[in-house]
Amino acid sequence: MAGLAAVFGSGAMTNSIPEIENNDVIFVIGSNTTETHPIIALRMKKALRKGAKLIVADPRKINLAGFADVWLQQKPGTDVVLLNAMMHVLLKNNLIDRVFILIRTEGFESFKDSLERYTPEYAEKITGVPKNDIIKAALLYGNANRPGIYYTMGITQHSHGTENVFAIANLALMTGNLGMESTGVNPLRGQNNVQGSTDMGCLPDQYPGYQKVNLPAIKTKFEKAWGVKLSKDAGLKATEMIAEADKGRLKAMYIMGENPAISDPDINHTVSSLKKLDFLVVQDIFLTDTAELADVVLPAASFAEKEGTFTNTERRVQRVRKALNPPGQAKEDSWIISELSERLGYPMKYNFTEEIFQEVGRLWQTVAGINYRRIEKDGLQWPCPTFDHPGTPYLFKGGFPRRKAAFTVVEYKPSKELPDEEYPLMLSTGRHLFHYHTGTMIRKGDALNSIAPEAYVELNPQDAIHLNLADGQKVRVSSRRGSIEVKAHITERVGKGMVFIPFHYREAAANVLTNTALDPVSKIPELKVCAVKIEPIKTGNYEVRTKKL
Amino acid sequence: MATLTIDGKTITVVEGTSVLDAARKLGISIPTLCHHPKLSPYGGCRMCIVEIKGIARPVTACTTPVSEGMEVSTSTPYLEKLRRTILELILSDHPNDCMVCEKAGDCVLQELAYFYGLRENRFAGERRIYAKRDGNPLIERDMEKCILCDKCVRVCDEVQRVRAIEIAYRGFKSKVCPPYERDLDCEFCGQCIRVCPTGALTGKKWALKGRQKDIKEVDTICPYCGCGCNLTLNIRKNEIVRVTSKEDTLNEGWLCSKGTFGYHFVNSPERLKNPLIRIAPKSSEFGVRSSELKEKLQTQNSKLKTQNSKLFREATWDEALDLAAKRFREIKEKHGHDSIGALASARCTNEENYLFQKFMRAVIGTNNVDHCARY
Amino acid sequence: MKTEKNDIKIKVCMGPGGIATGGADVIKVFKDDLASANIKAKIGKGCSLHKVGCFGLCARDVLVDVIVGKNKTTYQYVKPDMVPRIVKEHLIENNPVSEWTVGDDYYSFYNKQIKVVLSEFSEVDPEDIDTYTAVGGYEATKKVLTKFTPEKTIAIIKKSGIRGRGGAGFPTGVKWEICRKVESDQKFIICNADEGDPGAFMDRAVIEGNPHSVIEGMIIGAYAIGATKGYVYVRAEYPLAVERLTIAIKQARGKNLLGENILGTKFNFDVRLKLGAGAFVCGEETALIASIEGQRGMPRAKPPFPVHSGLWGKPTVINNVETLANVPYIIRKGADWFSSFGTEKSKGTKVFALTGKVKNTGLIEVPMGILLREIIYDIGGGIEGGKAFKAVQTGGPSGGCIPAELVDINVDYESLAKVGSIVGSGGMVVLDDTDCMVSIAKFFLEFTQAESCGKCVPCRVGTKRLLEILDRITAGKGREGDIELLEDLGNDIKLSSLCGLGQTAPNPILSTIKYFRHEYEAHIKEQKCPAKVCKDLIEYGILEEFCKGCGACLRVCPSKAITGEKKKPHIISVDVCIKCGACFDVCKFKAVKKE
Repeated sequence: MAGLAAVFGSGAMTNSIPEIENNDVIFVIGSNTTETHPIIALRMKKALRKGAKLIVADPRKINLAGFADVWLQQKPGTDVVLLNAMMHVLLKNNLIDRVFILIRTEGFESFKDSLERYTPEYAEKITGVPKNDIIKAALLYGNANRPGIYYTMGITQHSHGTENVFAIANLALMTGNLGMESTGVNPLRGQNNVQGSTDMGCLPDQYPGYQKVNLPAIKTKFEKAWGVKLSKDAGLKATEMIAEADKGRLKAMYIMGENPAISDPDINHTVSSLKKLDFLVVQDIFLTDTAELADVVLPAASFAEKEGTFTNTERRVQRVRKALNPPGQAKEDSWIISELSERLGYPMKYNFTEEIFQEVGRLWQTVAGINYRRIEKDGLQWPCPTFDHPGTPYLFKGGFPRRKAAFTVVEYKPSKELPDEEYPLMLSTGRHLFHYHTGTMIRKGDALNSIAPEAYVELNPQDAIHLNLADGQKVRVSSRRGSIEVKAHITERVGKGMVFIPFHYREAAANVLTNTALDPVSKIPELKVCAVKIEPIKTGNYEVRTKKL
Repeated sequence: MATLTIDGKTITVVEGTSVLDAARKLGISIPTLCHHPKLSPYGGCRMCIVEIKGIARPVTACTTPVSEGMEVSTSTPYLEKLRRTILELILSDHPNDCMVCEKAGDCVLQELAYFYGLRENRFAGERRIYAKRDGNPLIERDMEKCILCDKCVRVCDEVQRVRAIEIAYRGFKSKVCPPYERDLDCEFCGQCIRVCPTGALTGKKWALKGRQKDIKEVDTICPYCGCGCNLTLNIRKNEIVRVTSKEDTLNEGWLCSKGTFGYHFVNSPERLKNPLIRIAPKSSEFGVRSSELKEKLQTQNSKLKTQNSKLFREATWDEALDLAAKRFREIKEKHGHDSIGALASARCTNEENYLFQKFMRAVIGTNNVDHCARY
Repeated sequence: MKTEKNDIKIKVCMGPGGIATGGADVIKVFKDDLASANIKAKIGKGCSLHKVGCFGLCARDVLVDVIVGKNKTTYQYVKPDMVPRIVKEHLIENNPVSEWTVGDDYYSFYNKQIKVVLSEFSEVDPEDIDTYTAVGGYEATKKVLTKFTPEKTIAIIKKSGIRGRGGAGFPTGVKWEICRKVESDQKFIICNADEGDPGAFMDRAVIEGNPHSVIEGMIIGAYAIGATKGYVYVRAEYPLAVERLTIAIKQARGKNLLGENILGTKFNFDVRLKLGAGAFVCGEETALIASIEGQRGMPRAKPPFPVHSGLWGKPTVINNVETLANVPYIIRKGADWFSSFGTEKSKGTKVFALTGKVKNTGLIEVPMGILLREIIYDIGGGIEGGKAFKAVQTGGPSGGCIPAELVDINVDYESLAKVGSIVGSGGMVVLDDTDCMVSIAKFFLEFTQAESCGKCVPCRVGTKRLLEILDRITAGKGREGDIELLEDLGNDIKLSSLCGLGQTAPNPILSTIKYFRHEYEAHIKEQKCPAKVCKDLIEYGILEEFCKGCGACLRVCPSKAITGEKKKPHIISVDVCIKCGACFDVCKFKAVKKE
């Protein structure tokens, strides 16, 4: 998000979900869309039925790869090379939009030169993708009329994730594939209201509406609205908070509906850090692993037990309605926050939920035109500044918020931790169709869980032969940070030398293994690449290992 | 464009429009069982037969494109007689168990049987009997109730692109089933359930939870990924008994396995029901090591209460909130505003997230607030 | 006296009948014996030993033509052990074995036939393209590709008046013309060789006897409509047809009759085989297309018709085997020649598979409009065993029964339709007075019900209910009103079914009710089967006055239902009898009665 925002001035999906079906070329990179965004994948499949072409770039043979006209199986962490090589081909074939570049971008000349060394031959060496496939993909994208690029964490969860995003932005900019219907760059948000939580200012350097805390005028505006003095300093990012807690500098935390004890990289480190806090409040619907570390646990209402709005991945503000009463004494999060606030001498009184949204609208023009009546049925996509504004299905029609979008020179940087003799395999993590995030929700739902109840590691048959492993055999996967025990699932979905573990399973949490190396800009951890080794577990030793360490 | 008359009414529609769609535009209802607006036309149930002047035999309205000057009749005694026979044939091979059927009251076949007043059946005879139950955990496939409308097969092929099922065998023995009649093993999106006109496909967990008339429907948004699908929660007795989705929304009525079947957590007995205050010291006892976790999980259900009681005690809201407020105030005073941090939730509403960051900024006085979108 | 050995031809029937009765062994013995008789050196030159397509009169297979000079002798019922004598006496001693040769009745089988499609069956070795070209094969291709425009070709076919031989009888030239006019980057021509009617083997015989005529028809058709790819959709249960087609396609490619720049022109065309998996419904053109596309073979509603949107959504012409096999002859001999056969609306000849209770069963080709009487009595030689002609079933499961009183109708599309039957693909089953018409209807319903694709309700469930009603009628449990129910449901099924299979499935019932209602009534009201076929309605007994007590029946009875002392009248125990009829058949004294 930070990457896209830096280039375009706004970091959301540029187009809407319904527009997908009119793409003529769909380029999916680092997104296992059918499993992580199944309904968006349905739109893609609809587009394919209408004749669209599909390019898939993914180290795994994901479901969409089976529908693809070109499947690029790049080695994890080499996306920049792949993208740069595609742009190299476009440049060589003069498939660039010179007018768009001239009018709406800056920095093309120096950027252009940086592509020189990214020949398809060079890219083949680094990424493992045959150069002809790279050329084919580039030409498909370059000749398209309404191409859309779709990506998720496969792009961002790298130590150079922001640069990956820059590379994608460069590709769209040089071909002028932005600011039109069914044409753009679309990061798909993984959780239902990630978009909303950032829109609402749950960011250490930005107030609601991406308004910078370090701009005095903005700060004054919020001070006036809220009637208090505000801090001028940007705060800590989530990953930094854990680090500060570990160092003893962060003393207390308030965690609402979040489970870093499973979702963080290197969770052993996260847990020990959280334990060092003087005081931890966790507000959730279940006693999560994080909640178990808390001093006070506050029972919250689920999505079905409250009124409000969610904002989906295409910036659509949609209505959430109360269908049930929360169990026992559980309360809506808004009630809990207000009560806590009142006890700390700052009463937040709202007569009904929509008043809160109205307050947001007064502070952030972009959503000022949205009220609950207008989104009774369908939701509205921001920007929607006035009550007669129809909402905005796609962005940048008239130009970029920062006037000219900048090309960024992106050079290839290998991932922070690459396989070596001791840890010869490259681990990537992700989601599974039947599960979601840390499993707090689905894994309570016995029926779905029963389809995929067990954690597993996907590994290539060639590696399995080398390691003398059988399908279904229990193995120990270890990295420099820890080890877990899972079943081996031998499959050609992953390439040789690569393994994949879904991260939903707390009893075999993949994030025990993952690397905390952060992207320097977005502070997103490198969950997609780290080095591991796999050993078979012999039943004889099994007893010893399961003893408490 | 083509202009045609249907039952004496004139309408002009785009070429390629089906007679069925044209009739529906005119508000003329033609019964259908195998038609679905988002699937390719099929023409299998034969209920939508109409007469077209100049064509000797009746044709199905769903498969016949309009043409200029066409004259269509949709409801003559002759057609109604044929429809009645067709319906009688379908019902002659259908269990007469509406009284215990999940779909009763919401079933197209039942509606039509009522509409045509079919009490006796001239064709009562052999009925397909399938003793074996599909062992999949989610989708109840009662193929005795299946009328072979093929909607499930088409939705699986055309929309979901999975092709988990197909019609097998021939003649009266024709049956929709997964390859080799194994148990269904698919993406479990539930699209097939959504399009099934009878009680042949339902959710296993929906059984005996209430008929449609007993259910309160509440429209909301899916709590899982960022697609923002519209859910209709079907509520009975303060419990979600199933999840449906309306067809005229962003997600066109389609959902995934999580949206369709992933609602049990809401009514889980493991939900937190009271505020908890810690009584145990924060030792290393509950570190997260996989082996420990595994052991913990194995005994989780039985141990949940005892574990809670070892770690926490239940408290009133006043106690818990007072304690939280007191400790935040103390820490803020002793170590400064920025010694407190907060993580917001991508699963909470906009309003809650707004209040949350406002609380941290305006009340605690720090910008240490972040969300979890990074992983 | 020595024979002029360089002028000997031996032709062994290797059509379906010939193969079934041991034609291959006959050939083998001929080869061996000719070799040992030192006629070996000449085989393939002056003396040739041919396997050829169906001779027609399958009832008398293996048929062998021995041609010495200009004298042709035909042997019937040839078995391998008869060959040495034929070789010795006929070929060496030049003295035909007259006791094994055919009689006059054999020639009467041929007299009323006019052969077009089958005309070169006795000349052509189906596995040798040169024997086909020797009799003028592929001349039509050359003519069309080098001299005619596609439009001119279509005009000739239209003028000939030929109509589809697969059953529906749609004018072939019109079909080609429509497809020609549809704009498309790709078109297909498909030969429908998914012959599935019970008792029908016309297409099989044509492909096995003269596969090149079909391929040539396809080339001409493809040229006319503008197709570059063709498929032959052939039943996998016809392995010999598949084998011979495969050989023929390979040979045609070798002679540049298929492939690119055919015969030096700019025309490209090639043919692929697609084997059907034995679903009757795949003979329906849209189901056939679905099957080629790899889908379940189920028909879809028309329009759009395949000529507009067929295989892979492209314009596609689907022609039956016999239709295509006619095409080269029409081109070679002219439209007028072709249309000189037949009636005003039904031109040309038609191949029928004549089976059932006639003396001469086999493959026949007759001019359209021939009298049914001529087929049954002149060609078929009348009813076997001196029984009475009762009816003829034409058109297979989609057709109907024509009663004996209508024996003087013309056999063409219109006339048969008028009496409630169809020409269909060409099955013709002759029935005598020992055939129960209800059982005949039931037989065909069992077939269509089992072969219904399951897509549409009237066919899937409706035919099942028809069958159930027939079941109870033949079991003596018929109810008052069942005949009316059959008629009512039958008509509704005809009107509301999706494809031709369902739309015609009730025909065998409706036509038998129409002409033999009394038989249905006898089953229902009197619990009697007039033809004494329905087991539940008959009882076997022994007529004491005729029984000699020979014990033959006692010995064959599988259920030990017959008891009795030697030379005294026996008794059948009705409770134990399973009504197999073995005693009835074995009794030489007609002492077993069936009631």
